[in-house]
Amino acid sequence: MKVALFVPCYVDAFFPEVGIATLELLERFGCTVDYPLDQTCCGQPMANSGCQSDAHDTEALFAKNFAGYDHIVTPSGSCAHHVRDQMTAIEQTPAVQAVRRNTRELVEFLHDVLEVREFPWAEFPHKVGLHIGCATLRGLREASTSEIVEPSFNKPARLLGAVKGLEFVRPERPDECCGFGGTFSVFEEPVSAKMGQDKVADHKQAGAEYIVSPDMSCVMHQKGCAQRAELPLKFIHIAQVLNGARG
Amino acid sequence: MGRVDHAEASSKFIEAKDHADFHDKRLWDLRKKRDVVSEAIPEWEQLRSLASAIKEHTLTHLGDYLEAFEKKATANGMVVHWARDAAEHNQIVLDILESHQATILVKSKSMLTDECEMRPFLENRGIEIVETDLGERIQQLDDEPPSHIVVPAVHKLRGDVAKVFARTIGTDPANSDIPYLAESQRRHTRPYYLKAQAAMTGANFAIAETGSFVVCTNEGNADLGVNLPPLHIASIGIEKLLPKIEHLGVFVRMLSRSALGSPITQITSHFRAPRPGAEMHVVLVDNGRSERLGMEDFWYSLKCIRCGACMNTCPVYRRSGGLSYGSTYSGPIGVIIDPTFNLRKYSSLPFASTLNGSCTSVCPVKINIHEQIYKWRQIIAERHQLPMVKKEAMRAAGKILSSPRLYRAAVEAAAAGIERLPRFMVYNPFNAWGRQREVPAAPASTFRQWYVKNRGGGR
Repeated sequence: MKVALFVPCYVDAFFPEVGIATLELLERFGCTVDYPLDQTCCGQPMANSGCQSDAHDTEALFAKNFAGYDHIVTPSGSCAHHVRDQMTAIEQTPAVQAVRRNTRELVEFLHDVLEVREFPWAEFPHKVGLHIGCATLRGLREASTSEIVEPSFNKPARLLGAVKGLEFVRPERPDECCGFGGTFSVFEEPVSAKMGQDKVADHKQAGAEYIVSPDMSCVMHQKGCAQRAELPLKFIHIAQVLNGARG
Repeated sequence: MGRVDHAEASSKFIEAKDHADFHDKRLWDLRKKRDVVSEAIPEWEQLRSLASAIKEHTLTHLGDYLEAFEKKATANGMVVHWARDAAEHNQIVLDILESHQATILVKSKSMLTDECEMRPFLENRGIEIVETDLGERIQQLDDEPPSHIVVPAVHKLRGDVAKVFARTIGTDPANSDIPYLAESQRRHTRPYYLKAQAAMTGANFAIAETGSFVVCTNEGNADLGVNLPPLHIASIGIEKLLPKIEHLGVFVRMLSRSALGSPITQITSHFRAPRPGAEMHVVLVDNGRSERLGMEDFWYSLKCIRCGACMNTCPVYRRSGGLSYGSTYSGPIGVIIDPTFNLRKYSSLPFASTLNGSCTSVCPVKINIHEQIYKWRQIIAERHQLPMVKKEAMRAAGKILSSPRLYRAAVEAAAAGIERLPRFMVYNPFNAWGRQREVPAAPASTFRQWYVKNRGGGR
């Protein structure tokens, strides 16, 4: 299966290991992975700030880079959510609509498209707090939430459940937002930091050694909060765990 | 009118750590109770859909239902008044009071009268008003607006209440025992029920079919108020209409479960006609609602039944407090309603959100709150109401992120560069990220650099 890999700007710049794990994981499952070299960003930072006209050219570039692929995969739920549900600053041509429709977050792609359930090479003998970002949770609906009365499901947890030695711990508020929120993190810094501090403290009291997440932007924020508070918590992207990182 | 600066106000709120942590925990407890009682109802999600559909139907036939209500209520013996805006509402209430020589008014909680800023208007014209809801009374005595639409003084600890009562009604400042404070307030307020010549309520629902309205309370204060004096005035927003009495059950089942996690409010009073020898006046208030009904993306906010569930679940509201929104309506519902009153003044509010969507998921009438927040941001940007620093940041980001060449130069320099910045620059007060968080360490290379080196190419 041919797949185009989108590595979001902040992953490209700060967490290349997450891009590498995603690439290797897709290849383990027999995907032929293209990485269009002119890719930058999906347009979300500008669009989430209301600046549709500033988002336009970036969205157009994204659509151009990824035109023609049946599957576009990214290790970031909020980017996938932006592309699929909110990339409206540009004209909605059939090609743009196809790019939007075909974009998936990594867990969705593994769980729903490849339908993989086994990761025989993966072993992560640690106590893990799972953090699913809000766009991944309530936008992409990768798991049931505590607000909705519905049968429980959780795609990231189901995949991680196949990893040897991994033990989940449950924080008091598993689906409370951690306060990253894109530009919210700097323009509403007091609340953002307070939410981040509360989030990592909740994982800590639950006994987590690692926070594992499909959302590296939330992790970047939480990690920064935990480091400042000198909490002995470690952070890792779900792609790395599923690709066999031992921690 | 100055702009509300939510970030600045929230910073002050968070500084009082005990208060902030209590506030968060108290409201999260309400959210948890709401989860428990909603999960006990297997058809909860169907109820939400039904409630939403009933409200959407009513709002899209609102004129007809309002006229039906007026006709029936008048036939029942009520007097129905129409107020185009807050000023008309306040004048109507004043005229009714003056024509009855009423100078003391006991009032139960009503967000609408707060929205209309009725209390100062009437007080300036010689009317004494006593709020009878305990939380609202605390706020009145402290000369502060309510910080939450259901629990108005939730941001106060009992020690704060003890101070307010000691200053205003003469309690012992050292005694913050809750039964003592509640009883003292009750003793102070009771004589007003007997002295008042008029009582006022809001309404949770008004029924077109029966010409009646419904007031849901937990303290008994509204009923005590309206059953003593010979004059009852009810202020009702025009969006409170329901077509038929049979629709009421859907909403009564959801209102208190969503608000407080209790199956129903302690008291659900139906008002259909005045007592013999008494008068009952209803003021139907528009105050911007018709205009909002005409807004394609935002009219859904009129479905709101003011349960406060979106506030209780909102992680930003819980950590910034209702007063930080600088408006009658705070929290997620306030964020989408307030800009309809004054876009410039409330232009920071739609950014007081992480767009996490929890508000939309708990809303009993399925208002797409976080999607409306997203839309408001676009309108605020289009109408040039963004702060200059954000506008310029986004313009620059859009320019860099739409150019592969500029983007590569930026990330390759920044990834390497942040670590090279001296700590005083990274952590100075102007760098918001670094104030309470560490900056991510720079990797040896970007992903793209790794890819080109190790996989040599790509498309």
